[in-house]
Amino acid sequence: MTRFAVPGRIAVGGQTASRWQTATLTEIRRETPRAATFRLAVPGWAGHLPGQHLMLRLTAPDGYAAQRHYSIASAPDPSGHIELTLDRVPDGEVSGWFHTVARPGDTVEVRGPLSGFFAWPGDRPALLLGAGSGVVPLMSMVRHHRARGLTVPLRMLVSARSPEQLIYASELGPETTPVFTRSAPPGVPVGRMAAAHVAPLLADRPEGGWEAYVCGSNAFAEHASRLLIAAGQPVDRIRIERFG
Amino acid sequence: MNVTRGFTGRPRVHNPGLPPGQYDAREDWPVLSAEVTPDLSPADWSFRVDGLVEHPHTWDWDAAHALPASAYEGDIHCVTGWSKFGVRFGGVSLDAFLSVARPHGSATHALAYSHTGYTTNLPLADLTGGRAWIVWEYDGAPLPPEHGGPARLVVPHLYFWKSAKWIAGITLLDHDEPGFWERNGYHARGNPWEEQRYSGD
Repeated sequence: MTRFAVPGRIAVGGQTASRWQTATLTEIRRETPRAATFRLAVPGWAGHLPGQHLMLRLTAPDGYAAQRHYSIASAPDPSGHIELTLDRVPDGEVSGWFHTVARPGDTVEVRGPLSGFFAWPGDRPALLLGAGSGVVPLMSMVRHHRARGLTVPLRMLVSARSPEQLIYASELGPETTPVFTRSAPPGVPVGRMAAAHVAPLLADRPEGGWEAYVCGSNAFAEHASRLLIAAGQPVDRIRIERFG
Repeated sequence: MNVTRGFTGRPRVHNPGLPPGQYDAREDWPVLSAEVTPDLSPADWSFRVDGLVEHPHTWDWDAAHALPASAYEGDIHCVTGWSKFGVRFGGVSLDAFLSVARPHGSATHALAYSHTGYTTNLPLADLTGGRAWIVWEYDGAPLPPEHGGPARLVVPHLYFWKSAKWIAGITLLDHDEPGFWERNGYHARGNPWEEQRYSGD
């Protein structure tokens, strides 16, 4: 048995994302007190797979630029629009602009989609574990699953501090189990994601097993990947995207 | 130039050590590995040099530590945008391993591989001349597992995905062979000063 291994490549098509494109902000939706979704029109968007990210750049009048990587929240569709959901990071240079200055009609620059490692083409059963805004690339997978009416199994465990901090709360369905770490609705336990959440999903694994996708802080990623391994998930079928 | 309305950005600091498009992460040292952090003890660790060399050789933990100590003190740059200044890594220069293995004249590139199976490709010239290390100490303490401990490759003049964590060996080749991120769209060389982030840069 392999004790540790890096998972294989997922084909994402040959397009290189070397070109910066202008994206126009068309809509801002508040998700939680800390997070909002920003819808962007990108006319030349090459298309993406759920789970991929992009690089986004803001430029000041003196030419100073700041760029960050952000996961794409929307499912792939032909609309020429993509959505990003951003936490407001304290002193965040780029997220701060989005949360305090940005309004529809503003333009930014994007480059992508990037990286195939964390992509889910919809071709294999997917077990998604996220915390905080780590749910963003996983939601692209859930939305894709629904939009295409896919029948391949997909389950999501998502950790949030409280119901108020749970991003996309109104959109989550029976595929999702939320875990609340600080406060929960009456009758729902409070606590960290645990073996009791993960083990039943592994016991009920679909034919061929799960491809696991973990996204969140490094601390969450370490914790969640240990839970998966303890429950019997093969280590070379755990894909991790850590904030940073 | 495509100016963003209302964006001013952080106060400008003149920092000639900061490559284009990077910011100073200060105290932070983000962890970005794509795989599960391996539970690898020094006793389980080994480092091999093979491929186009006269003497393929494997060092265990003690044998690697018997080579002359060498340290890197300086800056590191991650493709996701952060740079970290004044880091201190302790270990052995890769030159010390290569002088035992003796590369053939036909060797032009190397594929570095980890105990997890992670790979990354580098021109051999980027690994020689005191520019690459196998390190097991960070800031005077054992390198933490999530940062690649017990030992990792450090090639600080390239983006840090080239500095393979949990390093297991390098194979010398007469051609370039893309590694893990390079097959996923990242640049073959990854020079931060030329902002070689992705294929095509």
